[in-house]
Amino acid sequence: MAKEFEPNIIGFLCNWCSYAGADLAGTSRIKYPPNIKSIRVMCSGRVDTVFVLEALKKGADGVLIAGCHPGDCHYQSGNYKTNRRIKLLKKFLGEMGVEPARVRFEYISASEGQKFAQVVTEFVNELKKLGPSPIKVEV
Amino acid sequence: MVKEKKKSEAGKNKKLQLAFYWAASCGGCEIAVLDIDEKILDVVAIADILFWPVAMDFKYKDVEAMKDKHIDVCFFNGSIRTSEQEHMAKLLRKKSKVLVAFGSCAVAGGIPGLANIANREEVFKVSYLDNPSTDNPKKVVPKTSVKVKEGTLTLPEFHDTVKSLDQTVDVDYYLPGCPPTPDQIMTAVGAIAENKLPPKGSVIGPLKSVCDECRFEKSEKKITKIKRIYELDKIEDKCLLEQGVICLGPATRGGCDARCLDANMPCTGCGGPTPNSLDQGAKMMSALASILGLEGEEKMSDEDVQKLIDQVVDPVGTFYKYGLPTALINRKVMKK
Repeated sequence: MAKEFEPNIIGFLCNWCSYAGADLAGTSRIKYPPNIKSIRVMCSGRVDTVFVLEALKKGADGVLIAGCHPGDCHYQSGNYKTNRRIKLLKKFLGEMGVEPARVRFEYISASEGQKFAQVVTEFVNELKKLGPSPIKVEV
Repeated sequence: MVKEKKKSEAGKNKKLQLAFYWAASCGGCEIAVLDIDEKILDVVAIADILFWPVAMDFKYKDVEAMKDKHIDVCFFNGSIRTSEQEHMAKLLRKKSKVLVAFGSCAVAGGIPGLANIANREEVFKVSYLDNPSTDNPKKVVPKTSVKVKEGTLTLPEFHDTVKSLDQTVDVDYYLPGCPPTPDQIMTAVGAIAENKLPPKGSVIGPLKSVCDECRFEKSEKKITKIKRIYELDKIEDKCLLEQGVICLGPATRGGCDARCLDANMPCTGCGGPTPNSLDQGAKMMSALASILGLEGEEKMSDEDVQKLIDQVVDPVGTFYKYGLPTALINRKVMKK
C-alpha cells in the first residue's frame, strides 16, 4: 500500500498571540497533526510575502501565517497589513496556477490553543486533498 | 594565423575585442548602445567590434571559427526562448573572456519572460490559431523542419519556458535596465577599458533603490484607491504611490536617475530587485499591501479588504513585468 501523502507545512506564528496559542495547545496536551514546523516571528506583520514564496519554493506544501485578532496586535496594525498582503499574494498565486488555499492566514489568540489545533488539523486535511505542491521543481 | 600571432604579441596596445548579440529582445538594447551618441567613437577608438549582427554583416560561422576566449567582452541582450538563442549563448560564452548580461531580458528574463504564464502550445494557439486577425485555415504552426520540393527547411525550436541568460550559461556581470541608460553603459565600458571590474557576478549599478534618485517629495503613504496615471486630474509634486499610482520604485534598483519619474511615469521595475532582495515582485506586493487601506483599517470587514486588493488587476504583469523567469515562482503551473 502506498504511503499516504503527508503535507509539509511551515507556520509563521506571531510572538504575542499565535505562538502562545500554539504553546497552550501543547501544554494543554491537545492533539493535532505533526505536519507543521513553527517559526516564531515578533509580529505577523513581519512576514514578508518573500518568506511565504521562499517556503513554497523550498518544499513546503502549505504555509500558515497566524497573528493576533483584529484590534489585538501588539504593534497595533501588523495583523491588518499581513491580512492584505496574503490576500494579494493569493491572487498572484492563482495567476501562477498555484492553489491559493496553500497559503492560509488565521487570527489565533494566546488563549486559543484549541483553535490552533483545529486550524492545523483542517489545513492538513485540505492539503492532503490538494496533494504535493507543484512548485518545488527548478527550471 | 601569422597575423593573429602578431596581434597578441603587441600585448598592451591590443584593442579590446568586443561582441554584441541579441536573443529574445525587442532591439531596444541595441539602440541603447547607440544612445551613447558620439561616445561610440571613444568606444571604437579602444575597441574592435568582432560580432554585432544588428549593425554589421557577420555570420555565426565567423564566431564558430574564433579561438576560445578570443572575444574580450561580449554584451548579450535578450532572454533565451529558442534553441538558436541557447546555441548562441553557449557559443559566445565559450568564445568570450567576459560575458555581460545586458538589459533586463538577459539579466532577469524581461518582458518576453511574461510568456512563462503560458507554454509553447498556448503561445502558438494565441499567435497562430485563435487570433481574431489571423486567417489560418490549415492551422499551420511553426515546426522545426519542413520538407519542400527544394529540400528541408528548418526553424529553431521554440522552448516552453523563457530563461534568463544566467539560467542558460555562466554570466560574469549584469547590467539591468530596459534598456540600460547611456551612463550605465559608459560606466560598464569604462570599467572594462580601465580593467577596474568589480568581483564576478556583480550587478553594475548602485546599491540604492529608484526612490533614492526620484525627484518627488515623499512623506507618509496611505492610499485607498489605486489609479492609473491617466486617472489623475493633476500630477502633484509628490510620490506617485501617495497619489495612488503603483510605482515599483521602492523595490527596484536605481542607476537610471529615475528617468521615468522625471517624465511623470511610475517605475515599472526594469532595474530588477534591490541588492539582497530575493524577489522584487513579492517585495513590492508586501510594500503595496502595507499602504493600501491603511486608513480606517480597523473598521474594514474582510470583504472590504478583498475589494481593496482586487483593485490590483494583474499581479504578475504589475509586479513581475521584467523578472518573472528569475522570480521565486518563475513559471505558471500548467494543468496536465
